Amino acid sequence: MNVLICISRVPDTATKIVVGSDGKTIDNQGVKFIINPYDEYAIEEGLRIKEKFGGSVTAVTVGSEQSSDILRTALAMGVEKATIIKAPEIFDSYFVAYNLAEYAKSIKPDIILLGRQSVDFDSFQIPSLLAGLIDYNLVTVVSKLTIDANKIICERDVEGGKEIVETNLPCIISAQKGLNEPRYPKLPDIMKAKSKPIEILEAKPTDLKMEVISMEIPMKQRIGKILSDSDEDINELVRLLHEEAKVI
Amino acid sequence: MKIMVFLEPQGNVLKRTSYEAITAAINLSNDPNNIFGVIINGEENQIQTAGNYGLKRVINAKNELLKSYSSKANASTLYQVSQLENPDIVLFAGNSMGLELAPLFAAKYDAGYISDCIALEKVNDEIIIRKPVYAGKAQIKALLKTAKKVFSLRPNVFTAHQVENPENVQITDFNPQLNESDFGTKVTSKIKNEGKLDVLEADIIVSGGRGIKGPENYYLIENLADALGAAVGASRAVVDAGWRPHNEQVGQTGKTVSPTMYIACGISGAVQHLAGMSSSKIIVAINKDKDAPIFKIADYGIVGDIFAVLPKLTEKINAIKGNEKI
Repeated sequence: MNVLICISRVPDTATKIVVGSDGKTIDNQGVKFIINPYDEYAIEEGLRIKEKFGGSVTAVTVGSEQSSDILRTALAMGVEKATIIKAPEIFDSYFVAYNLAEYAKSIKPDIILLGRQSVDFDSFQIPSLLAGLIDYNLVTVVSKLTIDANKIICERDVEGGKEIVETNLPCIISAQKGLNEPRYPKLPDIMKAKSKPIEILEAKPTDLKMEVISMEIPMKQRIGKILSDSDEDINELVRLLHEEAKVI
Repeated sequence: MKIMVFLEPQGNVLKRTSYEAITAAINLSNDPNNIFGVIINGEENQIQTAGNYGLKRVINAKNELLKSYSSKANASTLYQVSQLENPDIVLFAGNSMGLELAPLFAAKYDAGYISDCIALEKVNDEIIIRKPVYAGKAQIKALLKTAKKVFSLRPNVFTAHQVENPENVQITDFNPQLNESDFGTKVTSKIKNEGKLDVLEADIIVSGGRGIKGPENYYLIENLADALGAAVGASRAVVDAGWRPHNEQVGQTGKTVSPTMYIACGISGAVQHLAGMSSSKIIVAINKDKDAPIFKIADYGIVGDIFAVLPKLTEKINAIKGNEKI
């Protein structure tokens, strides 16, 4: 079974976001970048599929050459081949999906795994766009995956419960937290990964579909009434919620 | 400008998010006659409720095969309807179905797509949207440069407005042409979370954090939630410790919620948690540390020990709501 894992490089989730001087993107200064957290579940699942069924595991990302850091982490975890599709910093989901689709067409994986969303633009788009572009079966937000002969059974998180979804190869699965417990790479593997080759391809341009006009940090004005834990204040809170906020 | 709204049934009515999308469409358009809904295997009584929100026309795509959900078959059905109607704008609710289906449809329809919008505004001839990015730590204003545009709307952010003189909805049946390859994925069954309200569907959420000290104390959170008819949520620390299931986690690697009221109990307010709940309409924080970041975004706060405050608060809420003592 040949597995392709699409990953992305995002700011650490603890990062404070500052808008850059262009007013449209973030200021990267001092920002620590990591593998998109949901992509770690995709990598782990891809490695488990290979360990069970044989085949190969390739990781690919669309981004700058700096993305080699996340690919090296993927290599240290056990991915065999890593590719950067080199592109300027573009947040157009279609552009990313188009380039991933072109790459997928060239290596024809049986299964494509990626995170349910990338925690930078939170667009939830790439898995579906990719499925639309290469006509693979698609199941998103999967928290359990069972592969049995050619049948694939997924548990998909939805409002109020789970759906059991059956599909078959070739398919695209987007990973939800809970799918597995991603492994930590071992030190010797981290060292070995440093010298492994990373293939660099040039992205193909597409017409960009979205234009960002501006980015801002939302400032929500809150009333901010802070009370003590006395009985009177607890009464007061209930009164405020009832009469002022009218939520109870 | 013609707008198509994707409608989802729920019981005898439609999902609230469908009504939200209808109102959003009406606010964008100056002519309600240019707005139509599309539903899959809808029923007359469900569809007629859309009239209360000003929708005049619905295309009902009927096909036995579509009774079990397949993303591809649904996308293909919507594509066939759009080929007949040529909408300029298509709106979806940004729920678990919409987020999967909208981009799949957009790719087929050769439209641009922006997900998880929290505002749509018509400025001259452009549709300017707002959307949270970086887990809500920032927002962008953006537009689509394509002729055909698809947007999904974050649930519970757009308000659904009933109209004064609702009209009967004109329903047209449509029979989509589907083949076996459209059913490469198929929902075979559903598992409901037993008897519990999901944080994504709740008007009020009561969440616990590390301050609850252990799973054996979570009844304090649950009792308050019961008094309010609220869903129970949890911070990442609580879920990672194995005290609560992952489906209750609110935050950057959990669920993003916008309830009417969010009560954070013993949650300090790590940036990842704030990302998942800061768009809640009213935020109440109870924490013993007066400097906890959660108080910076709270509308109301109590500085105190949750073990002392929660039982009293629960009792008082039960009293004001006239709940019977259990």
